[in-house]
Amino acid sequence: MTVFGYRIPLLVAPLVWAALWEVVGRSGLVFLLPPFSAVLAATGELVASRKFAEAALLTLYIFAVGMAISIAVGVPLGILMGRVRAANQLLGMWVNLFVSAPLTALVPVIMLLFGFGHTTMIVTVVLFAVWIIALDTYAGVRHVSPSLVDMARSFGASRAQLYGKVLIWAALPEILAGIRLGVIRGVKGMIIGQLLISIVGLGELFELYSRNFLMEQFWALTILVFAFALLASEAIGMIERRIEYYAGARS
Amino acid sequence: MFARQAEKPAAMPAPSIVEVRGIRKAYDEVVALEGIDLGFPTGRLTALLGPSGCGKTTLLKIIAGLLEPDAGEVLVQGQTVTGPGPERAFVFQDFALLPWATVLRNVAFGLELRGVARSEREATAEMHIAAVGLAGFEHHYPHQLSGGMRQRVGLARALAVDAEVLLMDEPFSAVDEQTRRKFQEDLLQLLGIARKTVIFVTHSIEEAVYVADQIVLLSPRPGRIFETIRPEIPRSGSPEAVRRDQVYLDTVEEIWQVLKQYVA
Repeated sequence: MTVFGYRIPLLVAPLVWAALWEVVGRSGLVFLLPPFSAVLAATGELVASRKFAEAALLTLYIFAVGMAISIAVGVPLGILMGRVRAANQLLGMWVNLFVSAPLTALVPVIMLLFGFGHTTMIVTVVLFAVWIIALDTYAGVRHVSPSLVDMARSFGASRAQLYGKVLIWAALPEILAGIRLGVIRGVKGMIIGQLLISIVGLGELFELYSRNFLMEQFWALTILVFAFALLASEAIGMIERRIEYYAGARS
Repeated sequence: MFARQAEKPAAMPAPSIVEVRGIRKAYDEVVALEGIDLGFPTGRLTALLGPSGCGKTTLLKIIAGLLEPDAGEVLVQGQTVTGPGPERAFVFQDFALLPWATVLRNVAFGLELRGVARSEREATAEMHIAAVGLAGFEHHYPHQLSGGMRQRVGLARALAVDAEVLLMDEPFSAVDEQTRRKFQEDLLQLLGIARKTVIFVTHSIEEAVYVADQIVLLSPRPGRIFETIRPEIPRSGSPEAVRRDQVYLDTVEEIWQVLKQYVA
C-alpha cells in the first residue's frame, strides 16, 4: 500500500484502527466502548483466569467433536452426491438449502430435542459446518478430470482404489476449502449455540459480561473468539497452500 | 478407389489379437459408430484415422472396455471384452497423470493397483522410465515436466504393466510439432524392441502414415470404416529417409484426397 508516494507497511492499518479505538474510548462518547488499552489489559486478565480456562476448554472440546463429525459426515456425503446422480437429486436440494439458510432459527428446536447439555452445542456446530463441507466436496469430485477416472479403471482399479487412491486426492483442494469454510461457520454455530444456552462455556461468560455491562471483559472475550476463528481457518489455509501446487496443475 | 483397396488379407499374415465385430454406438440420437468390423494384427501398429466426429476415440474406448457398445462385441485373444483387462493398457490424450504423485509412482501406478510389492514395482518403473528417456526425473512431479515429457510418463506407465495391446488416444496431439516428431521416432524404436500390438488414434495423416502398419480410415456421422490401407513403407532407413520415401508421400496424398471431402 502506498499513500502519497510513501510505502505503508502492512501492520500500519491495524495500528491506526487501534489508535482510533483508543481515542474514541478515552473520549467517553460511546459508553459501550472502553479504551483499547483497557480492553487489552482485560484480555490479559481473562486469559489468566480459571473461569476462562474452563470455558475455553469446554468450548474447544465441543468444537473439535463437532468439526470431526462434520468432516466425517460432510466429505462422504459430498463424494456420494458427486458420484451418484440419484443421491445428488435427492440430497442436493437440502444441502443447498442449508448452506444458505439462516440456521440460527433452528437452534431453539435443537435445544428442545437435545436439552441444554453438550449434545445441543455439538449438534449446533455440525448443523453450521457440515453443509458447506459437503457442497465443496461435491464440487471437487465433479471437477475431477474424467480421464483420471478412466485411467484408474483402465489400469484395473477396484472401486475402493478408485475412491481411495484417485478421487479423494484429486478433490482434496476443494475438500480442504470446504473444511476451512466449515471451520469458520462452525465457530459461528458454536458461539450462537452457547449464547442461546448461556449457562455453560463462553456463552455463560458473554451473558455475564454483557448483562453487567463489563464492557472491557466483553470486548476481550470477543477479540479472543475472533482470533481463534481466524487462526483455525488460517491453519487449514496453510495446509491448502501446501497442496496448491497440484491444484493449479490440474486440468 | 485405389489399387490398395483390393489388396487381399494375405498381405497381412499375422493373426489378429484384437477383433471388433459389428460395433454400433449411439449417444442419444447421434450415431457415433455403425457396423464396425476390424481385425488388429498381433505385433503391428494400426492407426484409426479420421476427421473429428468419426468416433475413433469412442471405438478405442470400447476396445479398452471403458465404454459399452450398443451392439456388437470386442474380442481380445479370443475372449469377449466386458471391461478393462490386464492385457490392454491405455495412453491418454491429456496424459491422465496423478498430479500429486512423482513420476516414479505414476509409472508404477498400474502395478500398485495390482498389488505388486513396492520395491518390485518401483524397479520395473525405473526400467521403463529409463526406456522412454526420463532417467533422472523419477522424483519430479508432473507439473515440473513439459507436455512431451508428461506423455513419456504416460507411455512408460502403459509399458510397465506389460500388456500385449497398447491403446493410444491421440497421444501426441497435446505436444508441439518438434516434440511430436521425436516422440513418433522414439515410439517406433521402443515398439521395435517391445513387440506390442498398438491401436493408435490420430487425426494427423502424416502421423498415421509414419507410424502405422495398417491405417483404418473412418468417415464421420455415423462413424463407419471407409477403407483400410496397408502401405508398404520400408522402415529400415533413417526417420528422414522414411519421411522422404515415395510410398510414404503417395499414401499421405491419397488419404488427403479421401478425407478432403469432410473438411468444411
